Amino acid sequence: MKHTSTWPARMPAVSKVVGRNARRREGPEKLCGVAKYVDDYALPGCLFGATLRSTIACGRIRSVTLDPAFPWHEYVVATADDIPGANYVALIENDQPLLAKDRVRHLMEPILLVAHPVRAKAYAALAHVRVAYEEEAPLLDPEQSKTVFKSFHIERGAIERALADADVVVEGEYHLPHQEQAYIETNGAAAWFEKDGTLVALGSLQCPHYVVKALKAAFGLPEEKLRVVQAVTGGGFGGKEEYPNVICAHAGLLARKASRPVKIIYDRHEDMAATTKRHPAVIRFRSGATRDGRLVAQDVEILMDGGAYVTLSPVVLSRGTLHATGPYDCPNVRIRSRVVMTHTPPNGAFRGFGAPQTLFAAEMQMERLALKLGMDPLAIRRKNAVQAGSTLPMGQTLRESVGARQALEACVERSAYTRRARECARWNRSSKRPSWRGIGLALVHHGAGFTGSGELYLGSRAAVTLTRDGELRVLSGSTEFGQGTTTLFSQIVAETLCVPLELVTVETPDTARVPNSGPTVASRTCMMVGRLLREAALELKAAVTAGKARFPATQPTLKTAARRLCGEAEARRFEAVYRKPDWVSWDDKSYTGDAYEAYSYGAMAIELEIDKATFETAIRGVWIAADIGTVIHPLFAEGQVIGGATQGLGYALLESTVYEGGVMKNARFTDYTIPTTLDTPRMDVVFVPSPYSLGPFGAKGVGELPMDFPAPAVAAAVRHAIGRFVDALPITPERIARALAKDAAA
Amino acid sequence: MRVTFTVNGKRRSHAGTGMKRLLDVLREDLSLPGTKEGCGEGECGACTVLLDGEAVVSCLIPVAQVSGRRVATVESLGRPDRLNPLQEAFLAEGAAQCGICTPGMLMTASAYLRRGGRADDDAIRRELAGNLCRCTGYQHIVRAVQQATRGGAARRTRARRRV
Repeated sequence: MKHTSTWPARMPAVSKVVGRNARRREGPEKLCGVAKYVDDYALPGCLFGATLRSTIACGRIRSVTLDPAFPWHEYVVATADDIPGANYVALIENDQPLLAKDRVRHLMEPILLVAHPVRAKAYAALAHVRVAYEEEAPLLDPEQSKTVFKSFHIERGAIERALADADVVVEGEYHLPHQEQAYIETNGAAAWFEKDGTLVALGSLQCPHYVVKALKAAFGLPEEKLRVVQAVTGGGFGGKEEYPNVICAHAGLLARKASRPVKIIYDRHEDMAATTKRHPAVIRFRSGATRDGRLVAQDVEILMDGGAYVTLSPVVLSRGTLHATGPYDCPNVRIRSRVVMTHTPPNGAFRGFGAPQTLFAAEMQMERLALKLGMDPLAIRRKNAVQAGSTLPMGQTLRESVGARQALEACVERSAYTRRARECARWNRSSKRPSWRGIGLALVHHGAGFTGSGELYLGSRAAVTLTRDGELRVLSGSTEFGQGTTTLFSQIVAETLCVPLELVTVETPDTARVPNSGPTVASRTCMMVGRLLREAALELKAAVTAGKARFPATQPTLKTAARRLCGEAEARRFEAVYRKPDWVSWDDKSYTGDAYEAYSYGAMAIELEIDKATFETAIRGVWIAADIGTVIHPLFAEGQVIGGATQGLGYALLESTVYEGGVMKNARFTDYTIPTTLDTPRMDVVFVPSPYSLGPFGAKGVGELPMDFPAPAVAAAVRHAIGRFVDALPITPERIARALAKDAAA
Repeated sequence: MRVTFTVNGKRRSHAGTGMKRLLDVLREDLSLPGTKEGCGEGECGACTVLLDGEAVVSCLIPVAQVSGRRVATVESLGRPDRLNPLQEAFLAEGAAQCGICTPGMLMTASAYLRRGGRADDDAIRRELAGNLCRCTGYQHIVRAVQQATRGGAARRTRARRRV
């Protein structure tokens, strides 16, 4: 198998499914309420599990006592002592206990599990367990933390001299909060043991093979005795990337002890208070430019709060670090970053994965530079935006598929940015107006796939099989949780084989049946796994057509061909394995090289209005342009962009996590506000594809990009409206009031 | 206590505590898992059903309150091989992504269509304001409901309903 560097210029004549809005493959089941999410499975004899959690942020566990008057014989109880393997959640570092035994390091940390046939009774039992602690003072301020989980230092050019020589230098300090993924289906899993001793976990999850790894460590079972199946999953956004490891293992522990299936479904409060969030960050930034607006120096210091355990913090920090200077050319760069421990529930994956934090800071620096130079924010971006041939801080020279400028221009044109900017300024000149108006721009990039050598380590696999009965089946570990994975994969395979979409089915991600395609994260599913599927399909095609006939495009002819191909076998399977493109080079030690094969680019313009009496913000218009390469499914891509941008607008304006004593106090939908229909503006979305030669049909990634641009665009618009920078999110009326008051006081 | 009511046109009864949530009665006792729980406190709308034609959140309704009344759940709409026009519109417009808010969204939209709601974007947004969706940013959902208000979709939805 080898990478073809260009796709056939002429698209296949028969199917023509790429670029069209195919019906969502699993849509009808979801629309009729028959799609089965984990809590919809009625498992015979099933018990319900509940988790006893730490009520202190830091300290020693002196004792755990079960109330002797309570009818424990009705219950199954599991503690750390019931773990047959190792007591840790296997991920990057194995520092997080599955169940705390001697010490707790954050509030809500799991200590003990109970199960009962009646769900409410399982929860009620928790009140009858007493935990005695020796409490210690928790460390809650990341600035004070000496425990560094990971740090990076990237340097290019001569930063100090460049700052000294720059015509203008601006400084900023940015504070980014926790953000809750707020998938509408809470985390949950079920587990049971088969007669042959196989542990099966069924869950709401993004990464079934991650769970296999975690179960392997916790249960000491070989992989062939572990099976992880994805139930229909009600949203993830990163929040079901690593946390399901914990829940699946907990359910497995109880199931092992009970010899019955056990289901654990978190309620909303538990899910919000105990599971991962977006990493809070403090970013200190100095930027220098020449008088005519050319960027000459970018000096960034990033501090992220990892919470109590490492989880995915090193890779979140990595992505944040690598995106920290935005999609701009700059010869002198220094990025120093670290993620540290605090006694709070671990932070983890959330759409964007570190980049929304750092790109916010990078874009606000562009605003500050523009202001200081007396330049239009559009002009400074036009002057510095990357193009083919530009070099990023880690030394990656962009070879192709660089649509930053096209995205910026399309966004500016569709929003009539220049006219609106003038109109806002005119509106604000009159003090009689009841509001201030502003328009803001943001331009971002987002790398698709794992960082650096990550894809090589993953060694992802994906396969297409043809059964004797003529069924084409996609086998991959990539999961569907709303993005459209199933439909997209069908399209890519159908297009490659020139068959109607209906002839292709996609296997449920079940680790007993599908190869490990790597995790469903990092905007990698379409570009990375889609590419593997195209390669596998091309092999299948070659085997069927044997260089002569056209690939059969109807069910009967496919069946005939399948009989011929399979002979006596049930099916023939064609598997593709990730191979690093020759030109990609990355050095983990120096952290230099080609960090990502390709980047997607996005620009947003947003016009808003701030009430002078209440400081409430109302959005007047949103325009988005994105280069995600070839658009495989325009409707789904638009859905990703609008949905992601809505989460970004929540991050920018609404979503306030209140932490007290080391835990989220407003852990419910009543108090943690995510955007409703009335908070969400209509959005104008346009795609400006710069196809990537190694993406399937030229596609790149789309999932995370739209999370990156709303916050800086909003903050830029707020600055334009009120003439003050608000450098902390979310930009609530209170923050706007403070920004105005601070200025009045000064 | 014993509570009798109709669900999707069928007479049903519940014996036991009248304080059991309608949501749990539907999901656990009547094997109708199409209605979803998102928050358990009436904020997200995932558990929306129709009670005598009005959209309500079934997590806040004790079953005693539905005595003698008609409940309709997502299972009363079309089937996967025969979607109703509203569901068709959701499919065509990409209004369902992860699908967990979809049953509730469909029931709220159904109530809107039954009342003869119009294709007005703002009116639809006001109607759906109690149903949270974290995937779509709502635009495709609003578009689907708009599409369903046209072409007699509302009329056909009514005709197909058995309650």
